[in-house]
Amino acid sequence: MNRRMIEMSILAVITILSIIAYLGKINGWHNGYTFSTGLSITLIILLAASVIFILVLTIKGKLIGRRIVFLYIGIAITLPLFMDISQEIVVSNDVKAVYADLEGLPAGSKILVSFDYDPASAPELQPMAEAFIGECFKRDFKLIMMGLWPMGPQQANMAVDTIMNRMGLTDQDIIYGEDWVNLGFQTGDVFVIQRMGGSFESMFHTDINGRPYQDIPLVKNIKNFSNIDYSFNLSAGFPGTVEWVQVGVDRYGLKLSCGNTAVQAPTVYPYLKAGQLSGLIGGMNDGAAFEKLTQLEGKATKFMLSQSFSHLIIIAFIFIGNVAYFRTGRKSALKK
Amino acid sequence: MRREIPLLITGIVGVVFVISYFIPHFPFNMMDGWFSDWFSIIQACAIVLGALNLLLISSQKIIRRKTDWGYSIVVMATFFLMIIAGFSGGVEFRGPDTTFTWLYNFTFMPLSSTMYAILAFFVASASYRAFRARNAEATLLLGAAFFVMIGRVPIGDLITGFMPEGARLSDLTGWIMDYPQTAGQRAIMIGIALGLVSTSLRVILGIERSHLGGDS
Repeated sequence: MNRRMIEMSILAVITILSIIAYLGKINGWHNGYTFSTGLSITLIILLAASVIFILVLTIKGKLIGRRIVFLYIGIAITLPLFMDISQEIVVSNDVKAVYADLEGLPAGSKILVSFDYDPASAPELQPMAEAFIGECFKRDFKLIMMGLWPMGPQQANMAVDTIMNRMGLTDQDIIYGEDWVNLGFQTGDVFVIQRMGGSFESMFHTDINGRPYQDIPLVKNIKNFSNIDYSFNLSAGFPGTVEWVQVGVDRYGLKLSCGNTAVQAPTVYPYLKAGQLSGLIGGMNDGAAFEKLTQLEGKATKFMLSQSFSHLIIIAFIFIGNVAYFRTGRKSALKK
Repeated sequence: MRREIPLLITGIVGVVFVISYFIPHFPFNMMDGWFSDWFSIIQACAIVLGALNLLLISSQKIIRRKTDWGYSIVVMATFFLMIIAGFSGGVEFRGPDTTFTWLYNFTFMPLSSTMYAILAFFVASASYRAFRARNAEATLLLGAAFFVMIGRVPIGDLITGFMPEGARLSDLTGWIMDYPQTAGQRAIMIGIALGLVSTSLRVILGIERSHLGGDS
């Protein structure tokens, strides 16, 4: 059996086991697998020992290929999903600032939430969206949602559905059109924000379902940003937080905080430190911190262990890579 | 005239946008509104154009049996599937129980997330093979990356839990992000902004014409 066949066979076995586990869960054969603490610790020790073994091999001049790195990343991400180990989530000041803003708003405040991302960034941003919406519903804030990305409003609907299910809320508790509304997507990027500064209705004649703007009780009296008490932007790129700051905040005086992917968060720090943004939830770690503050623990908290493990594995392999670099006389002799 | 008219439109629109930022009153606010609406209309048309272009390229690839033409069949099939699902749902095609929403939630969403998640593997592999302490600058970058990566996850504080508050890894990461990182970002942003201003002026004044196509 050649190497390719072995790889394909391993992949097929993993796929079949995953399908069996999934079918078992939806048919009630089991309630999901969770490792005991003893097994979890044993696996962690084995993983650490194998990484040390790779380091020793590297020192001896035997270099590993990228497939081994892929395998370790896969293990570091998937195994923690089955472990029941809790971690202390540290809440940064930037996340606290977002929560403090919400605490300072009176019930009935109107909040504009822009969903400027697509499903690719949803694993990072969707938990933030759910926690933010859930907290707003708890505090009886009125949410006006929209998107500068075509798939943003769809993500908004998903977030509302998920958080309402988790909180046990029904359509009678949170009424569409009175407590929240989804205005949908509008083309035009930064110009949409600019036009909203004059009139929301000029950009959104109807909501996402085609209901005329003037027939929606929540927004019929909202003319522009001056009628909005607070805004929150969930962004994964352009157009996103930077454009909201440059037009919404600087030109129209909107009060804004944001939730960004970890990759994008560093780009908004200058605005945050200058006070143009009042708070920032950056990446899944901050998402978990916000879930902790709102006491709406969701996927961000659940997946933090995977994130911790994968970061440690990447650091370990960077170290091993550098050992190999110096060991081979500063030549890039690593296997492809 | 094929060049003069677009240059004139660009110049007028550019000047109006600049003036309306500082003087948001009649007639500039009105003209600002017109041009913004036109931008949205043109962009909406560009989306249709993009979709048609995708269809054209994919169909040509299939007809001429070019490399990986099988993928083009998948592109076209899924393209039409989503269009049919969308139109069959009517105005409320994004409602909770529509075919479009089902396809979005259970195919598009997981596939997109998977594509993005694969980056984790490539980032790890690339870091392993290319993140080297070659010189002082690279070592500094390596050090900063180490502290940020470990400090941005809870395990960082678990490792340095014995240290006093304010001296833990998350605090060090916070300092790196707040000061050196922000300073670097500011420098980049100021540089980009200056470049943008000069390029915009060249476009508005008709000196820069590469956006019109051709050699001039």
